[in-house]
Amino acid sequence: MNGINVYVWIIVMALATGATRILPLTLIRKPIENKFIQSFLYYVPYVTLAVMTFPAIMDATQVPAAGALALVAGIAAAWFGAGLFGTAATCCLIVLIAELLLI
Amino acid sequence: MSKFEQTKKEIFLNGLKNGIPIAVGYFAVAFSLGITARSCGFNAFQGFLASMTSYASAGQYIGFTLYAAGSTLLQLVIMMLITNARYLLMGIALNQKVREGTPIGPRILIGMTITDEIFGVTISKPGYVNPYFNVGVWSIALIFWSLGTALGIAVGNILPLRAVSAMSVALYGMFLASIIPPVRKDKAIGIVIAFSFAFSYLFTVLPGVSELSSGNRTILLAVVISAAAALIAPRKNEEPEIAMEGGGE
Repeated sequence: MNGINVYVWIIVMALATGATRILPLTLIRKPIENKFIQSFLYYVPYVTLAVMTFPAIMDATQVPAAGALALVAGIAAAWFGAGLFGTAATCCLIVLIAELLLI
Repeated sequence: MSKFEQTKKEIFLNGLKNGIPIAVGYFAVAFSLGITARSCGFNAFQGFLASMTSYASAGQYIGFTLYAAGSTLLQLVIMMLITNARYLLMGIALNQKVREGTPIGPRILIGMTITDEIFGVTISKPGYVNPYFNVGVWSIALIFWSLGTALGIAVGNILPLRAVSAMSVALYGMFLASIIPPVRKDKAIGIVIAFSFAFSYLFTVLPGVSELSSGNRTILLAVVISAAAALIAPRKNEEPEIAMEGGGE
């Protein structure tokens, strides 16, 4: 556990997050010209979320195989336009079914 | 100002209505985030507060796990800036849709309402961004997000293990819903995601790097893979599809 006060933690988390939301619309309003930085910022979200998803999704479930199946199903659902709720629900359902069969 | 112009209140209410499907999705995903928050030592009130003030799925997930891992505030700030770098990008994109000469107050409001899904709704709406519409969508989404988190923390442990296990992947489903659809338009993204999965797995098993905390591994991978992708497949402004041409597929 952490020695830092949890409320200090929550405030710092909110301020750092808020800065990323507000700065481009207030202080840094010039479009970014540098091609490398542009491309870097373009890829960062995909890499970050992908890295956070796998292999973590296999540790989130009771059986790693259920998490792996949820990943495959989630990718398919998102690809075919299931949207936020549809994709999340598909993943949950797959884990429920897989674990009923496997455990 | 024509008589056809909607009042601020009507625009706000329209935003609220448009926010309902987002709010429902958020509630379920936030519940799953709450289960994580609980295991990281946050109580329902603290989780509610974090969700009301940060409302960032991936960011909060990382923030909670870093807290449990005993990280420093500096590590937290660096990780928030990287995990939420996409909001910077969305803000830059939204700038193009803000009416010239809009004062700082409404600009801050528009920025504050940025989340993956609200940005999606805003950017696909024709015309200038109306802050009142955004605040409408955001208000309802925020409340459901925060209540979902608090509920996940409060009752996550009395649910049967099977249900918790199933619910806990909702967050990852939400991540996939953000990153997979753009692959249809830009194959480079798909390749980058595949490499991210592969290296993320390797980093959990390779000696040396596997001893890093998961937060630090994420920072390292996010910076290195994004930089490599930016060098190998620099983004072309107008048509991202062209980016991979000549890359050899």
